[in-house]
Amino acid sequence: MTAPGKKIRALIVDDEELARQVIRELLQSHPEVEILAECANGFEAAKAFAEHQPDLIFLDVQMPKLTGFDVLELIGTDVSVIFITAYDQYAMRAFEVHAVDYLLKPIGRERFEAALERAKRRMGEKMPPAHELAAAARPPQQFLERLVVKDGTRVTLIPVGKLDYAEAQDDYVALASQGKKHLKQQTIAGLEAGLNPDSFVRIHRSYIVNLERVVRIEPYGKDSRLAILTDGARLPVSRAGYARLKALLDERK
Amino acid sequence: MHPLLTRNRLGLYLLAWVPLAATSAYVLVTRGGLGWLQATALAVAVFLFYAFLCLSAWYPCRATPLGKVSFVRLLLTHLSAAVLISFAWTQAGAALSYAILSPEKFEAIRTQFRPQLNSIFTIGVLLYLLSVAFHYVLIAMEDSRHAEAQAVEARVLARDAELKALKAQVNPHFLFNSLNSISALTSVDPAKAREMCILLAEFLRMTLGLGEKNTIRLSEELALLERFLAIEKVRFGARLRVEEAIQDESKALLIPPLLLQPLVENAVMHGIANLPDGGTIRVASQCQDGRLSITIENSFDAESTSARRGGLGLLNVRRRLEGRYEKQSSMQVNTDGDRFRVQLSLPAESGASQK
Repeated sequence: MTAPGKKIRALIVDDEELARQVIRELLQSHPEVEILAECANGFEAAKAFAEHQPDLIFLDVQMPKLTGFDVLELIGTDVSVIFITAYDQYAMRAFEVHAVDYLLKPIGRERFEAALERAKRRMGEKMPPAHELAAAARPPQQFLERLVVKDGTRVTLIPVGKLDYAEAQDDYVALASQGKKHLKQQTIAGLEAGLNPDSFVRIHRSYIVNLERVVRIEPYGKDSRLAILTDGARLPVSRAGYARLKALLDERK
Repeated sequence: MHPLLTRNRLGLYLLAWVPLAATSAYVLVTRGGLGWLQATALAVAVFLFYAFLCLSAWYPCRATPLGKVSFVRLLLTHLSAAVLISFAWTQAGAALSYAILSPEKFEAIRTQFRPQLNSIFTIGVLLYLLSVAFHYVLIAMEDSRHAEAQAVEARVLARDAELKALKAQVNPHFLFNSLNSISALTSVDPAKAREMCILLAEFLRMTLGLGEKNTIRLSEELALLERFLAIEKVRFGARLRVEEAIQDESKALLIPPLLLQPLVENAVMHGIANLPDGGTIRVASQCQDGRLSITIENSFDAESTSARRGGLGLLNVRRRLEGRYEKQSSMQVNTDGDRFRVQLSLPAESGASQK
């Protein structure tokens, strides 16, 4: 709950000017909501968020480059979000599963008021983790196409084909791609769930490798092995990991 | 599986052998001095046996299809088979006579018919060759029925693709987004909102009307695309730019209705919508050397994998072209840097649009 008299500071994020217009107009009768900025894409949204630290975001799901889920992933979950979508059965299901509020285009006044009311009541509550939402919104049998990482204020998109391997580091995963490492706040199990199991293998408690990058496997000590990658990186392979790797390679033959 | 081995067909086939068996029974009675009962039993046994032997002609016929192997090989295959089969038949005939008749009768028959053995053998050969010819006819019939079934299946597939394409015309995304734009415009620019309602109504009306026709003029399809793009322009603003290069002569040529609409829709949905700064859609058509070529080209985000989606729409367009023009049409999809291009080429047909 916000203290009475304190304004709710909001962001509007949609790539369509007219869609932002509708939200702005619907908010006119709510002087308690202050519009800090309007953003036409995810990059602008991430930047505006860092700048203004808003309480509430109206966030379009379908946007170029960065989707609404990507934006949520970048800005963290300590903010109220009302998602906006035209028609996307999977996104709608994801919202329902995670009890997140969403508005369908075209947006009606009544529905808008209800969502705003609910957002006010629940202000300060955490949103569900973005990658869980995104996973639930992916059509079945579809996997991540790219990973979104924030390095300070810079946003990097890594197509999964360019991911060499991922390494667990406490609450983070280090994503190795084209000679660089990017830290992302996610568990390795969460990452593994989004990657296509035909191309990525969990070779160790702390490592996922892109199968395309594996040049050879060498024995290393008792029961364990090393995977040598095209760029020369050497990753430990556990016994269970080796079994998984072998099964996948046999399948490919 | 042998095509004659069903109850009905086998019955008919065996019926054809009845006159032969009857004739030979008659000969056995009048010239061999057998009683009717014995003569009939022997004749039926011998010809029943041969009827089944002759069914085997199906296998060499299958193995040496007409027109695909040389005449010499054809002749050699069937003649040698005929000689073998007929020889087997005459031997079996003798054995059957021996089994059925008393020793004296058997001797009598043997002396009586020994001089005709060559003729009987020749009759066997001829009957077998007749069976070969019959089997070739049978195979040709089966083949043509099979070809017909395949043609029907291809037509059904094409029709299916047509229906799917038509059903998919009004994409719910497009409709909801347009309605949202209209709802936004009502307060800021009511005149524009009305204009957009009219555009949308025209688009829907044209979609319904054109979809019922068999072919339409290219100009009609272009008018539909114009509405579609005008609506999307309201939504995307300056992000959507359109270029047209339509050769005048091509406008009157006929195309299947709503062939280009899904391509342009793809260009917006998987191209422009993924670009923060938008891009250009180019529609070009040209008639040359009796062929109509149409190009739909759009900017796309080469890094985004979603640009490669929309494969279902492309597949449907391809199926429709194949179903209608068969090998007379072509569809090429390629990317060139940040441009995505679909090129269609079809026979230039003119005339009035058809129901």
